[in-house]
Amino acid sequence: MEQIPNLLQAPAHTLLPERFSNWFSGRGWTLREHQEKLLIEAAAGQSSLLIAPTGAGKTLAGFLPSLIDLSQRPKRKPGEPFRGVHTLYVSPLKALAVDIHRNLQMPVDEIGLKISLETRSGDTPVHKRQRQKLNPPDILLTTPEQLALLIASKEAGRFFAGLKYCIFDELHSLVTSKRGHLLALGLARLRSLQPEIQTIGLSATVADPQSLCRWLVPQITRNAKARLITVPGGVKPEIAILDSANRVPWSGHSARYAVSDIYRAILAHKTTLLFVNTRSQAELLFQELWRANDDNLPIALHHGSLDAGQRRRVEKAMEANSLRAVVATSTLDLGIDWGDVDLVIHVGAPKGASRLAQRIGRSNHRMDEPSKAILVPANRFEVLECRAALEASTAGAQDTPALLDGAIDVLAQHVLGTACAGPFHADELYGEITTAQPYSKLDRKTFDRVIEFVATGGYALKTYERYARIRKTSDGRWRISNPRVAQQYRLNVGTIIEAPMLNVRLTRQRGKGGNVRGGPVLGKIEETFLEALSPGDTFLFAGKVLRFEGIRENECYASSAPGVDAKVPYYAGGKFPLSTYLADTVRKMLAEPGRWQSLPPQVSGWLKLQQQFSALPARDELLVETFPRAERYYMVMYPFEGRLAHQTLGMLLTRRLERAGARPLGFVATDYALSVWALRDIGRMFRSGEYPLRELLDEDMLGDDLEAWLAESWLLKRTFRNCALIAGLIEKRHPGKEKTGRQMTVSADLIYDVLRSHEPDHILLQATRTDAAAGLLDVRRLAEMLSRIPDRIVHKDLNEISPLAVPVMLEIGKESVVGSANDALLEELVMEMDELVGSQ
Amino acid sequence: MTSAQAQETGSERTGIFPIEVAGVEVLCDWRGAAYVPNHRLLTISDLHFEKGSSFARRGSFVPPYDTHETLGRVARIVEDYDPAVVVCLGDSFHDDNGHDRIPDEIFKDIVRLEDGRDWCWISGNHDPSAPSKLPGFSADELAIGGLVFRHEPHADSAAGEISGHLHPAARIFRRGRTVRRTCFACDRNRLIMPAFGAFTGSLNVLAPAYESLFDWPRMQALLLGDRRIYPIPATHLVPDRSCVIKEKSRHRA
Repeated sequence: MEQIPNLLQAPAHTLLPERFSNWFSGRGWTLREHQEKLLIEAAAGQSSLLIAPTGAGKTLAGFLPSLIDLSQRPKRKPGEPFRGVHTLYVSPLKALAVDIHRNLQMPVDEIGLKISLETRSGDTPVHKRQRQKLNPPDILLTTPEQLALLIASKEAGRFFAGLKYCIFDELHSLVTSKRGHLLALGLARLRSLQPEIQTIGLSATVADPQSLCRWLVPQITRNAKARLITVPGGVKPEIAILDSANRVPWSGHSARYAVSDIYRAILAHKTTLLFVNTRSQAELLFQELWRANDDNLPIALHHGSLDAGQRRRVEKAMEANSLRAVVATSTLDLGIDWGDVDLVIHVGAPKGASRLAQRIGRSNHRMDEPSKAILVPANRFEVLECRAALEASTAGAQDTPALLDGAIDVLAQHVLGTACAGPFHADELYGEITTAQPYSKLDRKTFDRVIEFVATGGYALKTYERYARIRKTSDGRWRISNPRVAQQYRLNVGTIIEAPMLNVRLTRQRGKGGNVRGGPVLGKIEETFLEALSPGDTFLFAGKVLRFEGIRENECYASSAPGVDAKVPYYAGGKFPLSTYLADTVRKMLAEPGRWQSLPPQVSGWLKLQQQFSALPARDELLVETFPRAERYYMVMYPFEGRLAHQTLGMLLTRRLERAGARPLGFVATDYALSVWALRDIGRMFRSGEYPLRELLDEDMLGDDLEAWLAESWLLKRTFRNCALIAGLIEKRHPGKEKTGRQMTVSADLIYDVLRSHEPDHILLQATRTDAAAGLLDVRRLAEMLSRIPDRIVHKDLNEISPLAVPVMLEIGKESVVGSANDALLEELVMEMDELVGSQ
Repeated sequence: MTSAQAQETGSERTGIFPIEVAGVEVLCDWRGAAYVPNHRLLTISDLHFEKGSSFARRGSFVPPYDTHETLGRVARIVEDYDPAVVVCLGDSFHDDNGHDRIPDEIFKDIVRLEDGRDWCWISGNHDPSAPSKLPGFSADELAIGGLVFRHEPHADSAAGEISGHLHPAARIFRRGRTVRRTCFACDRNRLIMPAFGAFTGSLNVLAPAYESLFDWPRMQALLLGDRRIYPIPATHLVPDRSCVIKEKSRHRA
């Protein structure tokens, strides 16, 4: 520690060997301040977190300490057979590792360093992976899943014997997920193998950088943190909200109205990156742009479901600056540096201020010039959200989510992986995993239960002892009971649970004999979507209109249907909930008519109309409207807490209304509002005092009602399934193995039902409830809202629908009513048939 | 309880749906059992006892409570109907050693349940041998008053067959949503029972395995609901994968 002052006084060139400084000056560069700081910290043996906007030379900064160290490493002696990996680089995306490889190879070659650089991912051929194990590269670029596999192998100790640096790229995006938990455990393992390793985290700006600093170093002492190095943001981006002469629609997510404006913007720029929130929006926008593309501009599509080869082609074209625009989902979100993007267009709601800032950062990778971005709201509420995001950007506000405690299912996976690498002492492993930031608060009892779970399923009824996967041997160490366990582990590693997908193969239209011939694979699509299609239905995929022909084995056959309108819309819903910060800004905006002048006239006019017709809630108020419509009675409320929280609220309110005798029929939730409809006049029930609104919205709904609903909820079942897959209770489905069919496995739903009635406090059920409360249900946010509003509920009993209610009302019928009793559908069908029989 | 009484209480009870199999009245219970009032006979199929431990042997630790759970459901139905005869239609045990692994207490519960009635263990493909330690008698099939009980349905069977084995389920598609439930599958001559076991999966009735078994214009699926049975004709059902393209026969040009 005492060395630091000296080092700070030392001129940078003593840190930068001559070869490096020559290279820098040869390129007309000087060592930037943050690069120098990072070198100083690294030289002092410190771990660091570098927070920098894109274009700041972040990647090079992260690798410099390692490159310098490698350049000074003595030559491999003759007879020295093996050197382990020196530097490990982990990124959330395979593509990012490939991209970094490319960008790093250049300085390595130009400086003339004898350093081997290799990537390793699920796509790496087996022979190369095996060779890597025998002869590891100096720098290995990989993903969290691959790291988990590497440390679970018997040779892990040897492989990482020379490890000095771990570089974690896009750390902000990794740490908020279960992948981050797996990675944190992997890092703790690496530290046990090599206690001296230094970590370097690279991150975009986040709300709480200190939590990331903790993540990077072992949590042994209170306040153990990596050094924080922050590069101030470059020039503020120029962000505008699209001012279209066309009418902004009430609802929907297509932004079709703005396509001509978007096209003109593309024409006026060199390369435009168009971001959307979902794959289906990407398909739709691409299709619309193609229609408007009178100049035959090279415009491409990029999303995660497309065939990998197709994606690589787009990336190459992008790199070569031969594209004018790319429509992309989050696959291009992260720090991939392609070509000279001079405009980012964000279509649809930004959902979070930090998220938007990161996406905008994709344009113009020079810090001294402003990035340029246009926000295109797809509906009127999104206009408000875009405005809020724009203001947040001006203020430099950050709303990245807080880090969660490490997930239990991930820990179970890691414990098994550790056993696969070799026998372990429970005490030692507990000591190790609690150095990982997400697990630093994990109590020993829970840890021991996780070990029990891994060994025999962790049931109170101990009948599986003889089948144990890991056993405690006489030396007190746990070891796997047979090699098959390690095989099973390898097949199930990772925390990303994907919906079952089928290949989409382009084929010729089906002949009379039902004959189809194979063609190229366009990508993958969710099985659940395909199940809803009938042959002949048309849908959008891979930038084409396709006609569904049928399913064979595990492939969907589809033929090209050019010039046809895609019949089946597909909207999976925004995956990202509206951030609390933006929601609050939107509420504020509604409450202050003085600020409406910054909104387009059609939107401010809409708000004025709402003010006259009903009311606009103050910032801390909740507006509830009731009105009759077509023999139904509606209740619309505007909590602005995001779709997930609203869905949960919708479920709970329908239960309560049911009990109060209001006979609710269904509900629909958006990011902004919730609409519930019933057979009885809800407004009158409130007014007459038969069922006061305050009682309906009482906080106690998060007690028994939530419990009761949760128990039956498909959301919880889905969460359980994910936990069970990650924890290794059930096995992942592997391509080509599905043929074994439903009867060969026990479905997660059945396991859930049995477990819930026989052992409700089983560790996996506990993990499921924790997960669901934080994720799918957003219970915390709902709880905050309910505690905020009791005295601030504004009820308007109206004669008809209000202007503000129109958007959510338009969603009815478009969105399926999630989770409502499926029996109702069966009932309806049976009744219809009875009527049919009766009328005959 | 006489058959008349059973019917009487049955009509009050929700979730019982009467059908005829080869002219014999059969009451389908929403919990997945069928009762033949004429013979005071209750039948259940595919219990798959000890499926959990069977999986555990292969390193997949699904909860060890399935036998207990399944038996509990059987017991409640048996108490409700108090049948003179119980026919378990095969695959009562998930594997042939299954009955050896049944915990002692549960074993005693089964023996108690069998007391005072005839109990028939029909053999299935999972449990070809008889559960030798348990009371009751074993058979490959059983014929009673115009009905024949066996595990696997025979394509060329005469009328009156009640079987299991296939684990029928049916799916409807409506307003963009689908509902899939286990079900009884029947036409007037044949009844295929839903799988009763707590860990049993299912196979859609529109899968090829059922193709030769039914007089399709008369086929209906009785979907199990909450205290209800939903009778849906085959015309309103959809397969799990909406269109399975059949491999073109190699013999044809």
